[in-house]
Amino acid sequence: MRVADRWLAVVSPLGLLVLWEGLSRAGVLDPRFIASPSAIGRTLVALIRTGELPYHVGVSVERIVAGFLLGSIPAVALGLAMGLNRSVRALLMPLVAAIYPIPKIAVYPLIIFYLGIGEASKVSIVALSIFFLVLLNTMAGVLGLDRTYFNIARAYGARPVDLFTTIAWPGALPAIFTGLKLGMGFALIVIVGAELLGSDAGIGFLIWRSYQIFAIDVMFAGLLVTAVLGWLATIALDWLERRALPWRPN
Amino acid sequence: MLRAADQVGTGLAGIDVVGLSKVYPGLHSPFAAIQDITFAVRDGEFAALIGPSGCGKTTLLHILAGLIDSTAGAVTMPRGHPGRLGTALVFQGTSTLPWMTALGNVAYGLRLMGVPLAERIARARGHLERVGLLAFADAYPHQLSEGMRQRVSIARALATDPAILLMDEPFADLDEQNRLLLQDELLRIWQEDRKTVLFVTHSLDEAIRLSDRVLVMSASPGRIKTEVPVPFGRPRDYQVIRRDPAYGALSARLWGELREEVLRAGRP
Repeated sequence: MRVADRWLAVVSPLGLLVLWEGLSRAGVLDPRFIASPSAIGRTLVALIRTGELPYHVGVSVERIVAGFLLGSIPAVALGLAMGLNRSVRALLMPLVAAIYPIPKIAVYPLIIFYLGIGEASKVSIVALSIFFLVLLNTMAGVLGLDRTYFNIARAYGARPVDLFTTIAWPGALPAIFTGLKLGMGFALIVIVGAELLGSDAGIGFLIWRSYQIFAIDVMFAGLLVTAVLGWLATIALDWLERRALPWRPN
Repeated sequence: MLRAADQVGTGLAGIDVVGLSKVYPGLHSPFAAIQDITFAVRDGEFAALIGPSGCGKTTLLHILAGLIDSTAGAVTMPRGHPGRLGTALVFQGTSTLPWMTALGNVAYGLRLMGVPLAERIARARGHLERVGLLAFADAYPHQLSEGMRQRVSIARALATDPAILLMDEPFADLDEQNRLLLQDELLRIWQEDRKTVLFVTHSLDEAIRLSDRVLVMSASPGRIKTEVPVPFGRPRDYQVIRRDPAYGALSARLWGELREEVLRAGRP
């Protein structure tokens, strides 16, 4: 059953590729507008050979990783504090609720205005785009914990810092991972968007430049790489989650 | 007057509760969870506390464990020492921390007390062995049965070597057979060092089977209605005492006391 499911999961993308290639060869799809899968594949190989693709992917990945660290660490700390302490929650929740729904890419011009067009603005927009997701998930994770866990800790003389490190943090970790996974999707959207708007490197830049020189095959290659990047990031986070949460039932 | 707290050094350590009340400021009128509770548990005594649901049994235990403050009255209990806790509370239901292994759970109290790592692992392993779970030291709670999880939380309480062991319906979520097994095990372990125990339950059989004395609480607001000594000696064999005519008489008497309160609690 499981094996069959796995095969079925391969059938749809593979089928689409075959159909796409067939239609391209039959001349139904105009190669000036839609590159064939084989052409995209050749372009990919060429881009990797010249080192151009690895370079742009590396730049984007670096921005995402740095932005993730910059955004998630304070988000987790603040989310734990908001989950643990009613006053902190009352103080900050209105602010969070107001800023959270703003599309973060809309803030990007302002960030460029403050930080310039360099790395700082790219890393910041990624950090900003995941900050609230991770914060809210962390807080919800703490609030969802059984009160008994806190009572156990307090019955054995836990200080506030012990509640933080031995109950709230490990207990909220599953919810934190949910926040990080959701955030990964947003981070990809935002970083490619930011690179389209103003950059001299990265996958978004590669796609934008290809548009300007009308290199359709490179644009498709860029899209494909973005999809693969998102897929790999999900796998990496799943792996990290399994390592970090050995105590969770499967 | 010699208070229980002064007796720690001499190995005497009981619970002395005088006029204890807990009143919550309700939305419309204040709500008294427990009112003017007075009782004592002698050093080394196993006392059971029964009462109708919602009579404030858990409130009382939480006050004794230091989780909440009382609004009136006084509690005298032995205080903790370095490496030793004054009171340890075994909780009902979800009482293990799911993100810690069995060993981590048992060592948790010691960790909060600041016991050095090597010592707390040695002590925790010893107590896991006492409850027969040393082979499961590295298992997480979700890999254990409910009965094993309750054994872990009992081991965690005992590992802190408390002067007083407070137990809040620790076997309520177990099936009948496992409950009997764990009661046996608790008696066996208790027999080894005879700690002072206050055991909250709503099972008459459990109270008679385990304790030296049964305290009966009234319906809300909870008071101590009566105390009934359990005439059976130690070590106790359940198969023997349940055939004793005194068992039936005691059970009937306790139910007589409790029945009125359960009916009163059920009334609006």
